[in-house]
Amino acid sequence: MNEQQSKKLLDELLKKYRDGTLKPSDRLNIPPQPMPVQDPMKRRKNVNEVALGYTEIQARLEALRCLQCKNAPCVPGCPVIIKIKDFIAEIVEGNYKKALDIIRENSLLPAVCGRVCPQEVQCQLPCTVGKKFKNVCLSVSIGRLERFVADWGEKLHDASVPKVAAETGKKVAVIGSGPGGIVAATDIRKTGHDVTIFEAFHKPGGVMVYGIPEFRLPKAIVQEEIDQLKTMGANIVCNFIVGRTRTIKQLMEEDGFKAVYIGVGAGLPVFMGIEGEHLVGVYSANEYLTRANLMRAYDFGKGADTPIARPKKVAVIGGGNVAMDAARTAVRLGAEKVYLVYRRSEKEMPARVEEVHNAKEEGIEFHLLQNPKRIIGNSDGLVAAIECLKYELGEPDSSGRRRPIPIEGSEFQIEVDAVVVAIGNGANPLIGQTTPGLALNKWGNIIVDENCKTSLEGVYAGGDIVLGAATVILAMGQGRTAAAAINEYLK
Amino acid sequence: MSHKILSKKQLCSNVFMADIEAPLVAAAAKPGQFVIVCLSTAYSERIPLTIAACDRQYGTIRLIWQAVGKTTAELAELKVGDEVENILGPLGRPSHIEKFGTVVCVGGGIGNAPLLPIATAMKKAGNKIISILGARTKELLILENDFAAVSDEKIVVTDDGSYGKKALVTQPLDEVCQRTPKPDLAVAIGPAIMMKFCCEVTRRYNVPTVVSLNTIMIDGTGMCGGCRVEVAGQTKFVCVDGPEFNGHQVNFDLMMKRIQAYKKQEQQAFEEYKRHKCKIGLDS
Repeated sequence: MNEQQSKKLLDELLKKYRDGTLKPSDRLNIPPQPMPVQDPMKRRKNVNEVALGYTEIQARLEALRCLQCKNAPCVPGCPVIIKIKDFIAEIVEGNYKKALDIIRENSLLPAVCGRVCPQEVQCQLPCTVGKKFKNVCLSVSIGRLERFVADWGEKLHDASVPKVAAETGKKVAVIGSGPGGIVAATDIRKTGHDVTIFEAFHKPGGVMVYGIPEFRLPKAIVQEEIDQLKTMGANIVCNFIVGRTRTIKQLMEEDGFKAVYIGVGAGLPVFMGIEGEHLVGVYSANEYLTRANLMRAYDFGKGADTPIARPKKVAVIGGGNVAMDAARTAVRLGAEKVYLVYRRSEKEMPARVEEVHNAKEEGIEFHLLQNPKRIIGNSDGLVAAIECLKYELGEPDSSGRRRPIPIEGSEFQIEVDAVVVAIGNGANPLIGQTTPGLALNKWGNIIVDENCKTSLEGVYAGGDIVLGAATVILAMGQGRTAAAAINEYLK
Repeated sequence: MSHKILSKKQLCSNVFMADIEAPLVAAAAKPGQFVIVCLSTAYSERIPLTIAACDRQYGTIRLIWQAVGKTTAELAELKVGDEVENILGPLGRPSHIEKFGTVVCVGGGIGNAPLLPIATAMKKAGNKIISILGARTKELLILENDFAAVSDEKIVVTDDGSYGKKALVTQPLDEVCQRTPKPDLAVAIGPAIMMKFCCEVTRRYNVPTVVSLNTIMIDGTGMCGGCRVEVAGQTKFVCVDGPEFNGHQVNFDLMMKRIQAYKKQEQQAFEEYKRHKCKIGLDS
């Protein structure tokens, strides 16, 4: 449908809507609005955002697809319980400001969540429209609508900084400036407490800055959120690693912090433990993505000083969003062949459907039901190939997904000059090691109660360091829960 | 928080020393620990540098570095009063300091810088210190007097014989290991190849040996794994598990390959930087 046709359709539908004659069947007949994207061949060569965002006409058409169900099954699907149905109704009316305000009641980072949330397993999964078509991909595109509203707000620089209550003078430390930390700091600051965020890197933003690539989440968006936090009067201290620069005990006993929120992320890459993992050209996804994103290694020699390998043939191991990010980054760094090697089938992939689709469009070759057995080096200690085993799926395991079983004797080799390992993260031990009395589980994750309170008085935690590998939105949800508990604790 | 350079000195042709304001790091730092320096948030790389000394009273740390690449050369260009934008630390596990008896401290080239605070702390803990200091040539030998102050015995060697004995550090190390009683501990810090051969010597005499590894790093907090080395067959991260390890268990051959990973790009950046500098020099 071209723009003119879309406009015509929208006018017709809006007329019916205003007359009160718009039937559910009319809504279901509206074609799902596709996300406009950069051409795959062009975007392979740049780091600009791939998804360009809905036009106003598209947004209102998509919003009209929403049946406005009385029971709103989408809402409980959202980890922060955004009043989805209400904000979509405002988009239909063209009241974007109102829509944004409704989202902001529950979510602080709509521009981020609209882009990186896995909506297809959250709000869009129970959507009645998707159920009707028996296809979650045909649900109302709630995430894209959220993004549309957030971008509309940002274009107008409608920062509408949350109000801050009278200063209480009580100091709260937030460790880590990722999504959980930002949300916790905002909510705690709103109450008037004196919040300081401590970040180990030289730039705040956590995984949104070092991990998620520019082409999926522009850094300018994250910067706006950080700036807003500063405007509210929160302090952000970079180059400060809690556990080494100061310990939690020192912060609380000597530096006057009354409460602490630990949102440090996972922060310890998992390797496969196979032969050849020390070869030059084998990276953790964390290293690969940090070089590319935070350090802007794609501009090496053109303003950035951090180098990155620019191999021609890359194997990325894993099937999650991080694996997709790494594979798509490799393409942009000039790789001719990028193989995504995953030991289960596409159905079990934890990556978002949209990112899998984008990756395929960009020419990434999926090697499913395969897994490396060893990495083979040349005489200089550089990666030359990976030897893989083929797999088949057995009975479901504890995760509910069918267990991958290697097929004996199925070894074969793929010639590559770099391997990126994207199979997850463990818990960074630093906070645990330097905080006596902090209860950890056997994997080193911090144990918390339903209010995100740890075993220590006044110390709260959330996000990946508690949940293991989670998502931006789950970290935000916990940041919010912990902030409410901290505000209560400091009353 | 920025970090003002309070004093700066050129120790030899391309080795520099500076005392830099970093009160939080100075307050927490122990011998053996390091910092990550990032000169400019906008574009710089992050490089690990050992803390050579710190002054808690003045809130300063002392860094000693060799200008071998673009970032270290840029750092060398900074003057007293200039500021370093980002310093993160202290990082890594502190050295294990206790009274062992006799500790032989072997330093090669720039390795003398990280070795000095360890030798000093070992001396303070009541150890007898034998220092073996090596350099390619007399001009490149650094911190000799500082070592003299904390050593019971000091041996200097140069590759070309321009100062001290003409030898590699492994030769006097071998001789010291043959003494009775033999040293209780060796600490060797310098180029990877030097540490490797020092460990081969001390292994023969069964002298426990600590080495401090200087691998490629980005975050320095355990997050990227770029610094990983193989120690006793296991993967260890230099930034959080080290930087010091039992030298007899380190796979130096692998490590040497890994630290060369970006050699070509680093050299290219350094050459371009020098060319650019030259141009500026001509214009002014």
